[in-house]
Amino acid sequence: MLTEEACRKIVDLATHHAGKAVDGIEVHLLGTDVETSRFANNEMTQHQANTIDKLAVRVLSEGRQIRLETDDLSTAGVCAVVDGAINAVKLMEKDQCLLPLPPTDNESEWHSYPDRYEQEVTRITAADRAAAISNMIGVAADNKLSAAGVYASGTNFEALGNSQGLFSYHRETHVECSVTMCGSDSTGWAKAQGPHEKQVNTLELAKRAAFKATSSASPEGVIPGRYTVILEHSAFLDLLAYLWWDFTGTSHLDKRSSLLDKLGEKVFGDNVTIEDDVYHQEQAGCPFDGEGLARKKVTIVENGILRNLVYGRRSASRMGVAPTGHGLPEPNALGDNPMNLVIVGNGATVADMVKSTEKGILLTRVWYVRQVDPARKIVTGMTRDGTFLVENGEISRGIKNLRFNVSLLDILKNVVTVGHARRTAGEEGVPQVVPAMKIADFNFTEVTRF
Amino acid sequence: MMSRHDEPRARDKQPLDGFTPSEGFMDSLVLHALDAAQKAGADYADVRLIEEQYEYIQTKDLLVSGFNKGVSRGAGIRVLKEGGWGFCATQKLTKLEIEKAAKRAVELAAASASCMRSPISLADEPVYSAVWASPHLIDPFSISTEDKLDVLMSSARTILGVKGVTLAQGRLSFVREKKTFASTLGTKLQQTFVRSGCCIEAFATNEMERQRRSYPKHVGQFELAGWEMVQGWDLPGNAQRIAEEAVALLSAPQCPSGQSDLILGSSQLGLQIHESCGHPSELDRALGQEINFAGASFLTPDKLNDLKYGAPIVNLVADATAPGALGSFGFDDEGVAAQKVYLVKDGTFKGYLSSRDTAHLIGLGRSGGSMRAQSWSHAPIIRMTNISLVPGAAGTLDDLISDTDNGILMETNQSWSIDQMRYNFQFSTEIAWEIKNGKRGRMFKNPSYSGVTTEFWNSCDAICGADDYVEWGEPNCGKGQPCQTMWTGHGASPARFRGVQVGTAYS
Repeated sequence: MLTEEACRKIVDLATHHAGKAVDGIEVHLLGTDVETSRFANNEMTQHQANTIDKLAVRVLSEGRQIRLETDDLSTAGVCAVVDGAINAVKLMEKDQCLLPLPPTDNESEWHSYPDRYEQEVTRITAADRAAAISNMIGVAADNKLSAAGVYASGTNFEALGNSQGLFSYHRETHVECSVTMCGSDSTGWAKAQGPHEKQVNTLELAKRAAFKATSSASPEGVIPGRYTVILEHSAFLDLLAYLWWDFTGTSHLDKRSSLLDKLGEKVFGDNVTIEDDVYHQEQAGCPFDGEGLARKKVTIVENGILRNLVYGRRSASRMGVAPTGHGLPEPNALGDNPMNLVIVGNGATVADMVKSTEKGILLTRVWYVRQVDPARKIVTGMTRDGTFLVENGEISRGIKNLRFNVSLLDILKNVVTVGHARRTAGEEGVPQVVPAMKIADFNFTEVTRF
Repeated sequence: MMSRHDEPRARDKQPLDGFTPSEGFMDSLVLHALDAAQKAGADYADVRLIEEQYEYIQTKDLLVSGFNKGVSRGAGIRVLKEGGWGFCATQKLTKLEIEKAAKRAVELAAASASCMRSPISLADEPVYSAVWASPHLIDPFSISTEDKLDVLMSSARTILGVKGVTLAQGRLSFVREKKTFASTLGTKLQQTFVRSGCCIEAFATNEMERQRRSYPKHVGQFELAGWEMVQGWDLPGNAQRIAEEAVALLSAPQCPSGQSDLILGSSQLGLQIHESCGHPSELDRALGQEINFAGASFLTPDKLNDLKYGAPIVNLVADATAPGALGSFGFDDEGVAAQKVYLVKDGTFKGYLSSRDTAHLIGLGRSGGSMRAQSWSHAPIIRMTNISLVPGAAGTLDDLISDTDNGILMETNQSWSIDQMRYNFQFSTEIAWEIKNGKRGRMFKNPSYSGVTTEFWNSCDAICGADDYVEWGEPNCGKGQPCQTMWTGHGASPARFRGVQVGTAYS
C-alpha cells in the first residue's frame, strides 16, 4: 500500500522526467491490499490476497492528450511510461475540447471530510476472517441451512497529481461481508460494506439471511401483474443503478439521457430528493474526481424537481457551467458520474410499510437488472433471496421469484412511502445511502420456477 | 513495509528495466515461487507469471475519447495446505517478494483449512512441458496509431453523414498476454495470446426514442486473432447501414407483444447460449459454490444424462480447441490441456465445465479444463471456454426466412437478464424485422423476448448451417468475488424457435 509520501515521490519523478517536453502531465495512482475470504456449502472455498498498485500518466501536448498505464512503479518503470506517453501523444488527433490541467483545488469542503481510514480494519487477519466465517456457518447449522458468502478486509488508496502543482491523496479502509443462507427451496441474503469495522456485523448479517431463508421456505407462485411493492434498501439501490448516469452533463451532451431538456421540471414525486454528497457521514469514497477537483455536494433532484446535473471539467466547459467535481479520469467516453448518491430518507421502517399494506410484495434483493428501453428508462430484472407476499398488514408467506419490467421514471413518480436512509450495498452498482421504499403499481411480468 | 518507490536492497536487485524482463529471469522466478511455497509447507502449488500488453482506443464522433495503453505484469501463486486453498498475487517481481507472496498464500491456505468439512482433492492430469501460441496473421501492435484511428474516423464520418444520427462511437482493443505456468507436479507451460476487438455504434435520438445500432455486435466482436480481424469485419463498409438503421428505428413501429415464431441472428444466439447454457453448465455453480453472487444452476448433477435440455437437433459443445475463438487456449490456468466437451448432445444434458477440484465431486476422472483467471492477480475459477451450438441443416439465414410463414427476426443484443438458477430469461435486441410469408418485412423497434431455458431450447426446430456460423467473442463475462471478467467464445448460426413470448416489457 503506497503512502502519501511514496505517491508524492512518484508524481515528482514523473513530472520531473517529463520536464518541458509536454504542456502538462497528470499522474494517477490507485492501489488495494483488500483480502477476500470466500465460503460455500458451510466451508471455505477460496482465500485470496493481492496487493496491486497501478500508475497512469496523462500527457498533454499541442492540443493532444494520451493516457498510458503500468503496474511497474520502479524508477525505470515510471520513466518508461512517461517516455512512452511523450512519444505517443504526437500521434493523437487534436482535441478541440481539451482543457489545460487544473491547478491546486482549494475547495473549502475538504475540511469536513470524514476520516475513512481505520486501524482496526487493517488489523483483521486471515484467521479472524476464518473465525467469523465459522460463526456464520454455525448460524446456518443452527437453522439447518447451508451458508455461502464472502468476507473481505483491507485498504484502498488513490492519489492524483499534476504538473500544475495539484496533489491529492486519499486512503480508505474497506470491510465487506455478504452471506446467502440456503434451505431446500428458499434462500436469504444480507450484505454490508463500509470503511469502518462497526458497519459490518457478520453475525447479525448471518442471522438476518437465515431468517429470510427460513421464513420464505415452501414458496408458492403468485400471478404476475401490478402490485404495491416494498423495496428493502438493497433492492431499491440495485433497481436504480441504470438511472444515475442520466444525471450527468455528458449524457445530456450525447443526447442519451432519459431526462433531456428536463432541468427545472418536475420529473419525480414530491417525496423524492436526491443529492450527491461524498461528505455524508455514511458515504465512502474519494473526495476528488478524475482530474483532482474536489467533489461538491450537489442537489440533483429536490422534491421531485430536476435541479442540477453533475459535471466534470470537460462537460461543464462545453455546457457553460461550473464543474462539480464528478469527472472520470480523462480521456473517457462516459465523461462524468455521480459517485456518492444520497436519496433523502424519511422516518418509516420496513415494518411500518408492511403494516400499512393491504396487499403487496416485499423484495429483499433484485438481480440482473438491465436496461430494456433507454428513452422510457424501462429495466427488467428478477427478485431474489427473500420474496414475500404481504397481506392485511403482515408478511403472509414466501413466494416464487418474479421477473419485472418497470420504468425507473415511473418508479420515482409512484413512491408511496420513503423509509429511513442508510448506507446500503447491493451487487448491481456501488454502495450508496438510500432508504427502503414503498412503490405503487410495480409491474411483474413473469414468475420463475423457484 | 517497503514502499515500491524505495530503492531496492542489494539482495532484491533484479534486471527489471522497464517493460521486458528476460524469459530466463521469469522462468527462475516461477521455479523460485514453487520452491518457496513448498518450503512454507504447501502440499501443492502452482504459479502463473503473466505479462499483459494492452491498447484500448475509443472515439466519440470525430474525437479520440479514450486511448489507453499499458503493461500489467505480476505473479499469482495458488497453494493447497491441509486441504485448504490459498492464493496470493504480487506485482513485485523479485525473488524476495515472490517468497513473501508464496508464504502468504500458505498462511491463507492454513486459515482456509481451519474451516473445511473435507479437504480439497485434485483430479489427476498428465504432466506437461509445452509452448503454445494463439494464431494470428498481423501483430496488432505493429500497426500504426494513424492506421487504427483511420478505421474508426472514417467509420465515424460515414455515420455522422447520415441525417438524424446524434452520436457516433468506435472502439478498438488489443491485448497480448504472455503466460508462464508451473506446478509442483512438474508441469511447465508457456502460452502467448493475441486478442483483438472492434466495434462501431450509431446513435439516434428524438423526443420519444434513444436508438442504437452496433456492428459487428453489441460491445463489438472479439477474437483470438490479430489486426486481420479488424480488416475482415470492415467497419467503414458497414457504417452507412447501421447509421441508416438507427435513424429508421426512430419511426419504426413497436415490436408486437404476444407469442411468435422467432429467428435469432447468430450474435444474439451466441449470447443466449452464454447465459442459458454456458453459465448453468459451470459445475461450481451447480454445486452451490457461487450462489452468493453469480448464482447457482438448475442443471444439478441428478439431471446429468437425463434432462431433455433441448430439441434433438440441439448440440452444444464447450470447445477450448476452436482455432481463433476467443475462449481457446492450449492449457487452462491449472495446467489442464484444452478439450472439447459435449454439454448437450442430441438435446440431452451431457456434461459440465469443470476443474481439478470439482471433477471428483460428480465422479469424473479428469477435469474438463475450464479453470481460468482474469489476470495474474485473480485466482482461477471455472469459466466458459467456447460454448457453441453445432451448425444444423437449415441452410442459410435467407433459407430459414423463406421457410417461415409468420415470425420475427431479432438481431444484435441490447440487454440481457436471467435469474440466478438460469431458468427465466429476457433479452432485448437492437432491431427486428417482421417475417411474413417467407419474406423479411417491416422493421420493429425495441424488440424483446423471454422464456424459460428448457422450454425455449426444446422449441428450437431449425438451425442454419456452417455457412452462417460465426465464432462470436464476449470479452466481459463477470463471475466470482471479487468479480473478475473473462474472454468467452460462442459459435452460432441463426436458429428458429417456435411460439416464443415476445414484447413482454411493453405488454
